[in-house]
Amino acid sequence: MHLDHSHDATGAPVPSADARRPDGRRRALRIGLGGPVGSGKTATVAALCRALREEFSLAVVTNDIYTREDAEFLLREAVLPPERIAAVETGACPHTAIRDDISANLEAVEELEEETGPLDLVLVESGGDNLTATFSRGLVDAQIFVIDVAGGDDIPRKGGPGVTTSDLLVVNKTDLAPYVGSDLARMAADAKAARGELPVVLQSLRGEGGVGEVAAWVRARLAAWTA
Amino acid sequence: MTDTATTAGVRATARIGARGDGRGGTCLPVLRGEGPLAPRRTRGSGDEAHVLLVGAMGGPLGGDRFAVEAHVAEGARLRVGSAAATIALPGQAKGAAARYDVRLTVADGGELHWLPEQLISARGSDLYVTTRAELAPAARLVLREEQVLGRVGEEPGRLTSRLAVRIAGRTVLDQELSCGPGAPGGWDGPAVLGGHRAVGQLVLVRPEFAKAPVVARVLGEGAAVVPLAGPAALVTAVAPDARLLRALLDRGLAELG
Amino acid sequence: MSRAALLVLADGRFPAGGHAHSGGAEAAVRAGRITGAAELEDFCRGRLHTAGLVAASVAAAAALGCEPAGLDAAADARTPSPALRLAARRLGRQLVRAARATWPSPGLDALARDFPKGAHQPVVLGLTARAAGLGPEDAAYCAAYESVSGPATAVVRLLGLDPFEAAGVLARLAPEVDEVVGRAVAAARDAAVEGVDVLPAASAPLLEVCAEAHAAWSVRLFAS
Repeated sequence: MHLDHSHDATGAPVPSADARRPDGRRRALRIGLGGPVGSGKTATVAALCRALREEFSLAVVTNDIYTREDAEFLLREAVLPPERIAAVETGACPHTAIRDDISANLEAVEELEEETGPLDLVLVESGGDNLTATFSRGLVDAQIFVIDVAGGDDIPRKGGPGVTTSDLLVVNKTDLAPYVGSDLARMAADAKAARGELPVVLQSLRGEGGVGEVAAWVRARLAAWTA
Repeated sequence: MTDTATTAGVRATARIGARGDGRGGTCLPVLRGEGPLAPRRTRGSGDEAHVLLVGAMGGPLGGDRFAVEAHVAEGARLRVGSAAATIALPGQAKGAAARYDVRLTVADGGELHWLPEQLISARGSDLYVTTRAELAPAARLVLREEQVLGRVGEEPGRLTSRLAVRIAGRTVLDQELSCGPGAPGGWDGPAVLGGHRAVGQLVLVRPEFAKAPVVARVLGEGAAVVPLAGPAALVTAVAPDARLLRALLDRGLAELG
Repeated sequence: MSRAALLVLADGRFPAGGHAHSGGAEAAVRAGRITGAAELEDFCRGRLHTAGLVAASVAAAAALGCEPAGLDAAADARTPSPALRLAARRLGRQLVRAARATWPSPGLDALARDFPKGAHQPVVLGLTARAAGLGPEDAAYCAAYESVSGPATAVVRLLGLDPFEAAGVLARLAPEVDEVVGRAVAAARDAAVEGVDVLPAASAPLLEVCAEAHAAWSVRLFAS
């Protein structure tokens, strides 16, 4: 019996965000993706799956406002086999399911690991919510907050926990900036001011680099996790 | 129910026993009625014996205590129906409840079709009916029960009905429905009956369901077919009246094949 | 025993997954059977005296020390809808997770081990009450109250119902919650002696039927 607290005398999984599974192996890294409605979370998840699925064993948990919508999008796009995509119902409160009562999400993550594992990475996508919705540290190891240029270029300045404290801030849909009158340079500067050393990625999934920078950040987190 | 209430009414027990006749058919060594409960053998079909319960005096009235016991022995096949709907009526003794207990046992390889007509709860009546089926692991059962709350345009009486099915000593279904004046609140509300005046259940027990359980499905507004936690399936239905209820239960049975 | 432990367990914010379940209210709202506070009250009253009574008695029996496997089977027999059995087990698993972190105990560890797919939530609730130093009556109160508070909260979100009206509904039902708890605990004490078959089996046909329809919807807000 190991001396770590990843499992107890009964062998049943312990109810926490421990880094090890009941069998003593390291569990998958869990990365949360949050952000306002329509900012491109699901599209980013889909792009990340396409970019990383050959290198790593992946799964996704979605937290839809309306059950299964995002999960069905991912299924239609066929970014992962269906058994690697799980949907959690949130009772009209997506932020509750990722922050205040994470029990259903933990169940979903663990079920995916049990049924399709071993997994390297589980992406937990939040339902679209507001700027204050962040993930509990009991659920994810790192979180990405996705905003977009069309939501207003003052969002980085306004701040909020997602913008200021997320491990990675993604400013999405940069290709739309000229059409919606958003000032990218100002957004980047405001984000830098709000976040200090924490990284920011400006991306357009339609552009040349696509999800590349975010995928590279995820790879680095995975390397640190398994080190 | 108090002793006075019981003694004020009629006590009657009918017994039906079916067993194989040794020639591939089913015989009825026990067929005994009492008072208002009269089981009659009717023409069977194939290897199945048919019995019709005839309520010679109507009832049950308040204070009455009726019981029917049917036993199907190994390999026998029995189908029991009733000649007409049973109407629960108020008794002469004020406040006296009536009781109707049905006890069914089916041995391995036996098959029972228990398909009585509706139980109608008339205004002012007070009836507690229990149906308990005890099945061996390889027994088969089709059991229907239908309750109608009041005759046409009539307020219902008080009716409580409990249905329990045990297979190989394990209870797979235990349901009690209480309605009418004096029943716990909300019985006619949006969680329980929602204003419907007819409610019924159809239970199917087949050993093969253990390996191939039925798939749950909805039959229109007020009915669903579901697999139980055991080798059994249930059709639950609510409907505005007895005719529509029967149609839903028949459809459920047909879908189960 | 700490009285305040009951408040921790009964708190709607206790992280055990309840917020994502409407107790059948979402289906009833869609069917037009709940359009306001009066129907919500009638809905909750019906649920309290059926599913609520059964859950409260199972929880009380578990808190009294009745064998969990027998209680779980009794809950199965009293829950014909497979969608509701699944929801109850999921909630049971979520509660066992929260409870083990909150009140570590060998009883809860054993429950998690013996029911990897989850035990019915009221069974877990009863054992959680035990682990928290609470008694059968407390467990029954949690279950009975949950049977009405879940739908009331859900209807506030689903219909935009005035939350003060929903709170009023719960307050008006309080005496009936007391009464249901009394019946549930008495039945649980009987079951501890005579076996689980004597537990109440009060059923609500519309809750069962509509749960199956709800589980088949492709777009819904609540898990049940």
